[in-house]
Amino acid sequence: MARGKRKAARQEIIFTGFGGQGIILAGRILGKAAVIGDHRESTLVQAYGPEARGGACSAQVTIADQPIHYPYVRTPDVLVCMSQGGFDKFIGQMKEGGTLLIDQDLVQLRGFGGRFFSIPSTRIAEELGRKMMANIIMMGFFTAITGAVSVDAARDAVTGSVPKGTEEMNGTAFNKGYDYGLAVLKGREKKATGKAGA
Amino acid sequence: MKPAVLTGEHFMTGDVACAEGALAAGCRFFGGYPITPATEVAEHIAGRLPEVGGTFIQMEDEIAAMASIIGASCAGVKSMTSTSGPGFSLMMENIGLAICTETPCVVVNVQRAGPSTGLPTQGAQGDMMQARWGSHGHYDIIALAPSSPQEIFYLTIEAFNLSETYRLPVLIMTDEMIGHISERVVIPEAKKIKTVSRPGPKGRKDRFKPFEPGANGVAPMAHAGEGYHIHVTGLTHDERGYPVMTVEAQKAMMAQLMGKIQRNLDDIIRTEAYRLEDAEVVIVSYGVSARTSLAAVDEAREQGIKAGLLRLITVWPFPEAQIRNLAKRVKGFVTVEINLGQIHLEVERCAAGKAPSFLVGHPGGTIITPERVVEALKESF
Repeated sequence: MARGKRKAARQEIIFTGFGGQGIILAGRILGKAAVIGDHRESTLVQAYGPEARGGACSAQVTIADQPIHYPYVRTPDVLVCMSQGGFDKFIGQMKEGGTLLIDQDLVQLRGFGGRFFSIPSTRIAEELGRKMMANIIMMGFFTAITGAVSVDAARDAVTGSVPKGTEEMNGTAFNKGYDYGLAVLKGREKKATGKAGA
Repeated sequence: MKPAVLTGEHFMTGDVACAEGALAAGCRFFGGYPITPATEVAEHIAGRLPEVGGTFIQMEDEIAAMASIIGASCAGVKSMTSTSGPGFSLMMENIGLAICTETPCVVVNVQRAGPSTGLPTQGAQGDMMQARWGSHGHYDIIALAPSSPQEIFYLTIEAFNLSETYRLPVLIMTDEMIGHISERVVIPEAKKIKTVSRPGPKGRKDRFKPFEPGANGVAPMAHAGEGYHIHVTGLTHDERGYPVMTVEAQKAMMAQLMGKIQRNLDDIIRTEAYRLEDAEVVIVSYGVSARTSLAAVDEAREQGIKAGLLRLITVWPFPEAQIRNLAKRVKGFVTVEINLGQIHLEVERCAAGKAPSFLVGHPGGTIITPERVVEALKESF
């Protein structure tokens, strides 16, 4: 999973949260990064209900080196949760040994004992002055932790997908999330080597 | 003016790719009424048409939307509308008018689960027989079923080309899944896109007969305002377009409406074979269900079942000859579709008892899993 390692031939990812958080946009950025930047195959399925805001929503993204036939994600390798409702709904579907990413202020793990990485993405976004950029921060965090897409492809997809005039601001948000992710990984590496050396 | 053809590599939804395909085909009029999950086709083309010198009108309902594209086409502009289930029902009468008046146009149905309002945000493939027979009277229609955003881009261009060649409404029978998934869509250079436009009339304007077939069996089309004497009616009409209320006129008109399709089946029917050469069991599918079926063929082969897929790109007219020929040599058919048996009935009809035909259907709201198809193959054969 860590950076530099060979990418898996097929990865399934679910982004979930509530309507208005930019969950679908995060999925679109991820798919675009894989297709346009990394020249791989990707399919984004956006699931939504009749409500536009506040309802549960999810973006299912498959990234692969081969054509993707069946487009839906059933057992995600990576689950990204930006709401408690999304976590409750999808945690049972996650592949065994899969990777969970959460906004730590919005999601309680409720006994989940697997591998997870957390970031206060909404709080960081608020500090940057735009709560609505939490999804972009999460996208940066996701890129650092999973390496599912290359950082250049992801950053280009961010700036190419956000409203004109907000590219720089969103680029900064992406970098914040990415750097936070790198720091988390580094912390864990240190911890691991520390243990090994003891 | 901005370019009508967005040459390049994109990551877009099927609905948006459909709108871009229409623009690339030369569509310059869209009359529509928003409805999930087809709204994004209208939304996208509403923004794009003014950029390329075209016109978008949001009509008061789907009856008017269909009427508006017939009118625009009669005025010489390639035109399209898009809708879903309930809107498709409302368009039926005017689809018949376009058939009878031989008016080229394209109708996109992004299918959702019905009947009635059904599941507005969730897909199905339940309108396939409605596409075939939904308007009253007997007629032939062309319906195409794309399986990806890339394919819907190309098939929308094809739909325009077929409608311009044979002068009839061509239906794009897609589904919510294909409409809403995003994938790579490569749009070629404008000069590499082949577009067809209806042939215009030649000769003296006062002697022109608007429904007299030309060399290819289809009448050249004069447009309103060009000075030709034209009369367009949904009544049974003769070559001049005048109403003639006789059995003979009905026979002649029907022979023309049906014949232009029946004589050109090879040009119209498109299918795609996947691992079919040595297949013992044949999956027949289309649209999003064909993607499930592709995965199922591979899975079945791994388990030792010699499966293959016949993917219908053209669903109507139905590829009867292909099913008939396959029926002579295979163990049987499994049709995979998100309804409770529509195209399945056609496969069964064409197999004509030579090979058994089974259905893997679904009432709608989600897609069928490859596992269910493999299971059915095991149980059936």
